[in-house]
Amino acid sequence: MDEIWPRLERLLPRVQKPARYIGCEDGAQAPEPQPEQVGWLLVYPDTYEVGLPNQGLQILYEILNEHPLSWAERGYAPWSDLDQLMRQEGLPFFSVDTHRPASAFDIMAFNLSAELTYTNLLNCIDLAGIPLRTAHRSADTPLVLAGGHCTYNPEPLADFLDAVVLGDGEEVIAEITAVVHDFRSAGRTGGSRVDLHRALAAVPGVYVPSLYDVEWDGPAVRSVTPRYPGVPERVEKRTVADLADWPYPRRQLVPVTEVVHDRLNVEVFRGCTRGCRFCQAGMITRPVRERPVQQVRQMIADGLERTGYDEVALTSLSSADYSGIAEVVSETVRSASSGRPVSVSLPSLRVDAFTVGVAAEIGRARRTGLTFAPEAGTWRMRQVINKLISDEDFDGAVESAYASGWRRMKLYFLTGLPSETDEDTLGIAEMARRAVSIGRRHTKGASVTVSVGGFVPKPFTPFQWFGQNTVAELQRKIGLLRDDLRRAGGVQLKWHDPKATLAEGIVSRGDRRLGAVIEDVWRNGGVFQEWSECFDIDRWTAAMERHGLSIDWYAHRHRTEDEVLPWEHLSAGLHKDFLWQDWRDALDAVGLEDCRWTPCYDCGACTGYGIEHIVASAVPPAGGSQGTGMSRPVAVPVRLVPSGAGA
Amino acid sequence: MTRLRVRYTKLGKIRFIGHRDLARVWERALRRSGLPIASTEGFSPRPKMHFGLALSTGFESLGEYLDVDLIDSTDAPQPSYAEEVLIARFAPLLPAGVAVQAVAVIERGKSLQAAVTACSWVIDLDGVAPTAVGGAVDRFLAADEVILERVRDDQVVEVDVRACVEELELIGACGLPGWESGTSIRLDLGTASPGLKVMELIGLLAPEATAHRVCRTHQWIEGAGSRQEPLAVTTASALAERQAS
Repeated sequence: MDEIWPRLERLLPRVQKPARYIGCEDGAQAPEPQPEQVGWLLVYPDTYEVGLPNQGLQILYEILNEHPLSWAERGYAPWSDLDQLMRQEGLPFFSVDTHRPASAFDIMAFNLSAELTYTNLLNCIDLAGIPLRTAHRSADTPLVLAGGHCTYNPEPLADFLDAVVLGDGEEVIAEITAVVHDFRSAGRTGGSRVDLHRALAAVPGVYVPSLYDVEWDGPAVRSVTPRYPGVPERVEKRTVADLADWPYPRRQLVPVTEVVHDRLNVEVFRGCTRGCRFCQAGMITRPVRERPVQQVRQMIADGLERTGYDEVALTSLSSADYSGIAEVVSETVRSASSGRPVSVSLPSLRVDAFTVGVAAEIGRARRTGLTFAPEAGTWRMRQVINKLISDEDFDGAVESAYASGWRRMKLYFLTGLPSETDEDTLGIAEMARRAVSIGRRHTKGASVTVSVGGFVPKPFTPFQWFGQNTVAELQRKIGLLRDDLRRAGGVQLKWHDPKATLAEGIVSRGDRRLGAVIEDVWRNGGVFQEWSECFDIDRWTAAMERHGLSIDWYAHRHRTEDEVLPWEHLSAGLHKDFLWQDWRDALDAVGLEDCRWTPCYDCGACTGYGIEHIVASAVPPAGGSQGTGMSRPVAVPVRLVPSGAGA
Repeated sequence: MTRLRVRYTKLGKIRFIGHRDLARVWERALRRSGLPIASTEGFSPRPKMHFGLALSTGFESLGEYLDVDLIDSTDAPQPSYAEEVLIARFAPLLPAGVAVQAVAVIERGKSLQAAVTACSWVIDLDGVAPTAVGGAVDRFLAADEVILERVRDDQVVEVDVRACVEELELIGACGLPGWESGTSIRLDLGTASPGLKVMELIGLLAPEATAHRVCRTHQWIEGAGSRQEPLAVTTASALAERQAS
């Protein structure tokens, strides 16, 4: 079974960072599959350092290996140096657990977290020896699947993916395993791949692109319709109703080499109802499902004990909103002080004084920088995007951060937002200067790093109809900020390459015709497009031109209400009229309060699926007004879970 | 303060992690071991670990060393530092290929890096005929001086490295687990200035060869007329290691 390793180990002395390819993590498994079991190769289509920490992949890895009908290993995109050697030596894509070739698995399943990894996905399929297009695959070729946030518009990859999973994967993977198992035990015959596809399409949450016909209306989509009876007209996402049923990962992988987010990660809740209009994650993962405090505590204690890490991150889309946050943080920090020091990190911080209070407690063990994401520079702009941080919230957070001893902070902003004026853009510089001047009252060396990214509209958000800013416009806005901040002491400005923003924007709301473009970019060497040293926009513009597609039409054009969007046959539960109304409200700068603590707006995510928010606290967290409707408290439709309930 | 010396292997897949990665693996293992590890003072306390000579990424070893400082507690009972207890405790905390072979409480003295004066190596050479290597070995041993050109501050410097090589011989199979070509050399390299790196020696002996497997088999502290290892593998621990593998 170890047929790859003896050949691979002779190549590794010739590549950068060979530790990427050896596996050997604590928590890694060495499955010994039985013939009737279905093998999954879970692939993150970027480097090992970026892909290993992915929690979704680790959760599925454990669940699949616990299930009697399946086994799973992991793979990551080889960097270009090894890629080249593998092709020279005829070495196929392999798993890092026991170094099996991809052909030893029944399913190659990709995590899709970012559009710019799509060309890597094609490269991995090709390295695996699997025909690139589903149409060219036979009955015994491994299935190519994908899950993750980007699968809410999988149309650009429709030609390459056998099936796509929408939403939470915990439950649906066993159903897919069963379909593949039954298909295999019935005996594969030539030409029956379509039967397998049809069986997969019958699983709720599974979308099989090849079973749908797209009709065009000029450049636009007229309709996407199923080709067979029994194939759903609209595929609905899967949602795990209660996170308490899934305390995974139980054995988080501890790598032997440095990776990003190299720490214990405990997911405290899934979903977010802050309602930030630019945020796809917040829209598609509703409703809010908190993990019981007692379970979080247990996962932290067991995880620290087992891994030997000295840092734990409490992950979610806005961890300060977790009902048990103060309790969990202070307990973790306090319990640790008796033994060894443990630091806690909260990757997504709300901007208010309460948050800083929690952060100050955390900071005792090891204090690094503090990061806030106000996202926009003026109150008007923040109402448009529904990130309802008032100037007072912001000033209070900054004041309390510097007063608690921080000397520097990072501020994240977006530019190129709907209705953004130069005054809004320059508001970013204004906030940065204000933060420094507040900070200097506490410490002479107070400094602020401002990080600006170009906004890319995403499917299933109220901004899905918005035409993205051009590269020239984004560059002009960054230029405005640069000029304005030139003499501002203590402020460092960083920005994301607007050209990469454009490539992401072309694909984000693309349709099936983009498949040829992605393939073209890949064939011309465009892999690792998330890495600035590998990215070149010319590959994308040339490919668009070669295939007669207009960049303006895909990226910069405002959509109208009556347009059929390429992903309309898929559903994240959100009603289109809710999203459209939210888009109109945005343009009127009308904010929308968080529905956890205010009445339901009927976005569709709860009502459509018969599920509810699971929030342990009936009142919004103290310390900030940020879209919580604090000024007018109302009875709330939440299921109350006493803290400490659950396993 | 008690100082513990640990001798361990780095074999197989794990040889591809670097020195810093291995240090982090050890840091987590020590934290999990429950031993009263002393920490550095200051803002960002780290366990007091002292590593011996660094091993290049991709090289294997049958004798790596690590010194760890432990707090002597007056109120708590001192944990057992018996070799077999500690070997058993570390076994599940370390990745495959990193196996503790010996542990002992030692006197605080010279650092490992200063004390070790020579290392023994076995190197598997691929892409070269055994006779060609044999000839090069004989010529090297017969020479009074062997000149190596090094670039230092943009200047080519010639150094005589003959004295760095204490022993050198052609052997057949290297005997390391996994792939091997069947042409290997065994040698002792001194660490004193000017020093000679394994890859430099291969460049002198067989520039056309590829060294796929390089293994440090021993480290030596040389005294007057005798030499000893920083920590020898006792029969008992060698036996335990053999059983574990």
